[in-house]
Amino acid sequence: MKLADVSGPYFGQYGGRFVPEALIAALEELDTEFRKAADDPAFAAELQRLHREYTGRPSPLTEVPRFAAHAGGESGGVRVFLKREDLNHTGSHKINNVLGQALLVKRMGKKRLIAETGAGQHGVATATAAALMDLECVVYMGEEDTRRQALNVARMRLLGAEVVPVKIGSRTLKDAINEALRDWVANVETTHYLLGTVTGPHPFPEMVRQFHRIIGEEAREQILERTGRLPDVVAACVGGGSNALGIFNAFLDDKDVELRGFEAGGEGIESGRHAARFSGGALGVLHGARSYLLQDDDGQTLPSHSVSAGLDYPSVGPAHAWLHDLGRATYEPVTDDEAMEAFRLLCRTEGIIPAIESAHALAGALRVGQAAAAEGRTGPDGEPLVLLVNLSGRGDKDVATAARWFGLLDGADNNVAAEELERQEGRG
Amino acid sequence: MSTVTQQATGPDTHSGTADLIARLREQENRPALVGYLPVGYPTVDRSIEALKTLVDHGVDIIELGIPYTDPVLDGPVIQAAAQGALDAGARVRDVFRVVRELTEYAPHVPVLVMTYWNPVLKYGPDAFARDLAAAGGAGLITPDLIPDEGADWIAASEAHGLDRVFLVAPSSTPERLRLTVGQSRGFVYAASLMGVTGERNQVGSRAEQLVADTRAAGAPNVCVGLGVSTGAQAAEVGRFADGVIVGSALVRPLLSDGPLPDDEWAVRLTNLAGVTEDLAAGVRSARAPAPTDPPAATPGGATTSGEAL
Repeated sequence: MKLADVSGPYFGQYGGRFVPEALIAALEELDTEFRKAADDPAFAAELQRLHREYTGRPSPLTEVPRFAAHAGGESGGVRVFLKREDLNHTGSHKINNVLGQALLVKRMGKKRLIAETGAGQHGVATATAAALMDLECVVYMGEEDTRRQALNVARMRLLGAEVVPVKIGSRTLKDAINEALRDWVANVETTHYLLGTVTGPHPFPEMVRQFHRIIGEEAREQILERTGRLPDVVAACVGGGSNALGIFNAFLDDKDVELRGFEAGGEGIESGRHAARFSGGALGVLHGARSYLLQDDDGQTLPSHSVSAGLDYPSVGPAHAWLHDLGRATYEPVTDDEAMEAFRLLCRTEGIIPAIESAHALAGALRVGQAAAAEGRTGPDGEPLVLLVNLSGRGDKDVATAARWFGLLDGADNNVAAEELERQEGRG
Repeated sequence: MSTVTQQATGPDTHSGTADLIARLREQENRPALVGYLPVGYPTVDRSIEALKTLVDHGVDIIELGIPYTDPVLDGPVIQAAAQGALDAGARVRDVFRVVRELTEYAPHVPVLVMTYWNPVLKYGPDAFARDLAAAGGAGLITPDLIPDEGADWIAASEAHGLDRVFLVAPSSTPERLRLTVGQSRGFVYAASLMGVTGERNQVGSRAEQLVADTRAAGAPNVCVGLGVSTGAQAAEVGRFADGVIVGSALVRPLLSDGPLPDDEWAVRLTNLAGVTEDLAAGVRSARAPAPTDPPAATPGGATTSGEAL
């Protein structure tokens, strides 16, 4: 079987269903509906229509030569292409999965959606789909995150969603997922949990991959058209791992394409304040799946840290754990500092403000390109090396964070910003 | 040592917990009272005092919780206690000390450990089973481990003669009930309503149906948990269940925002004893013969619930 088509519940030794029995019937129902829909041309046609008319797919592929010049491309040795998921409606790749699951919810006849969100991208996408399809929507969000991302809270409320601040535990994404799971256990007969990434109990990791595989499929076609060949390296940021798996999937069976995932190195691995599951984690179970997990000697989940809320999660999708062990993809940390430098560089060189999450992939691309230049590595026949980067989201939501980071605000605003930054740094 | 290992019938078929439930049913015509408290709240030593209070005031089986950072099947009361225990430095290995002290104090009371799966996975399922058995523990209740994912635990519990208490829910299909019952030992935990732990005004009418369905799937002992908080509810549930499991209502009297001085802690233990006695009276009145004076209500049976139980 092709790697791209491996199905759950297990990816190697990872995945599974480590959830209360009360949820099993709903997971079975979802799995059945998902597989029925996969065989139903009407479902595919409706999803395709939404992608085209609502989301704005296909998302463009943009070559970024001025950025590439900093990735060892001064001599034309490296070409960098961005897959522009940031240009999707709602501003990130999240909408792909949300629309797919929302259509399944309509088929199952459920009327209520719940979701977790960190920075708010998945929450906004879910609230959007709920408005579009006339579904009730409740979004769980860590209290810390509701404060840091007040604009996205307002956005979700504008769209008609109820936003519930979660005030227990570390008050971030992990705890928002706990609270969503508790809601789901209590209301599973009427409610669908619209999980936002490739983690969780089966069938979520497989299903969310399926709804995002369009990213890689489009990108593969686009880059073949533009360069006449496959990319040498595909780079993506990895929190739960949905955008990365979405773009990797189309290249998994192309052995010559190097797949590179970049997770949040936070303040550095040695600081202990990071979300680098592959560098600092070990086999464990969280939120229904067995995977790599940041945990202490007792198996208690450790708090993660990242400047980007979307990568601030202590576990990672089981398919990534599997690809890591197979050696098919490699994963390495990018620090907050490196990500913010890449963030600024893309703004200044290309006029594109990326999400800070995606800036981790950009920093990774710079690292890959610079290493290639140093080693004199090229593409086949001495052609320039081709790097494909998934630009998974846009940075509107991150403008306040970036303004504080780079000290771009005037006087009093900057003082407020400095205090805010201190408070964030003191967190978790 | 524990009631489990004293028996000679072999680990595959035998459970001291099941024996106790059967004896209460046959000799006292009543369900068992299963009482939950977490290890280490507010401290390990005080949690031992609280657990001894449960035993002294009528709990038949102890459900000893391991505090965990991500307890997805627990409501606010137990979450708060678990977090408090972790903040106070509770460690997974403390559970073995607590089990040992309890089983020495009350050898007739089975102690089941309730734990989410990751702490056991991290410890190593076989090592955990070995150390729990050595401490005198009766087995595990596993809220986020279904038998389908439980091969390691099933092997470890077989090797060390421990109970495996899996959960069933109102949404469980007949096939899943059979699977779960077939892999359980000691009793089957019927989560009586759809939801997390916590106190509720009513226990779902689905509880009785779930118990009946679980028995039909082959379970000799079905205990009901989630939502039971009063003696009246314990009596109501105890009419049809083999055991009544109570958690949040026992944890609540112990909750405090900060460390308590000894005298205030003593008051908390007195309150805990009161709640326990109310529940213990409830399970003892659950199947009491109808009183000969028609208007008199059965003790503890004055349910205001309109449920058709």
